[in-house]
Amino acid sequence: MNTQANGGAPQSIEKVSIIVSKGSLEGVYPALIMANGARMEGIEANLFFTFFGLDAINRARHEHVKVATVGNPGLHLATWAGGIPGVSSLVTHKLAEEMEKLDIPPIPEFVEMIAESGAGLYACKASVDLFGLTKEDFIDAIADVITVGEFYGLAAGGQIIFT
Amino acid sequence: MSTMTYADRQVDVDVDGFMTDPSQWNEEVATAIATEAGITELTDRHWLVVNFMRARYLESGSAPSIRTLGKASGVPIRELYELFPKGPAKLAAKIAGIPKPRGCI
Repeated sequence: MNTQANGGAPQSIEKVSIIVSKGSLEGVYPALIMANGARMEGIEANLFFTFFGLDAINRARHEHVKVATVGNPGLHLATWAGGIPGVSSLVTHKLAEEMEKLDIPPIPEFVEMIAESGAGLYACKASVDLFGLTKEDFIDAIADVITVGEFYGLAAGGQIIFT
Repeated sequence: MSTMTYADRQVDVDVDGFMTDPSQWNEEVATAIATEAGITELTDRHWLVVNFMRARYLESGSAPSIRTLGKASGVPIRELYELFPKGPAKLAAKIAGIPKPRGCI
């Protein structure tokens, strides 16, 4: 833990910049919960969506982010069973029901909430170019499409979390 | 557990300064806690949030989430953060004289 030169008391976190690189439900939620949680504590927060993480802010896709039921040992489901058509949707639906009970919003609403809380939401330019997307493909809450260099500029002086 | 004195009234608080007995609360106590937290004036909008928070806690036994605050308190999320810059859910709970919210959302 970082300690201040004078006194040795632990420094509090003032800013976090969270990178969202996964496009599965279990890949996206931790980042959103951490970003929202940061704002709840009065910590400045940025979210940088890159690669398949862009699905979380893609107008056409953000309602359809699903749990990965194949290659996900944590699910304790046989790989062949996870690959049956509809299983991913079913598991996602069940999880969404449980989340609603805990007052955890669906991804589109959660992203909107985080933007309203004052966090900065950004799309990664390299990924946007790679997938042939434009700013118009993303929800209005996105502040900008930025380069990795610009991201580091925004993240300066804070913690960076990669998910 | 320790005690604090707000507006000439002694109240029980936890290590983070959240009141542990909501019945010891009154509006003068709320104003004093707000001042201590850097909110110099509690406007009608602040009170809307604080009273909603307190009512929800007293009726359900837990503090509402930011999501619920934004949907049901009458104050949208953007404004919640303007009113309580250091975190609306916790600061409003502190001012409302209810225990520290334990939710992650």
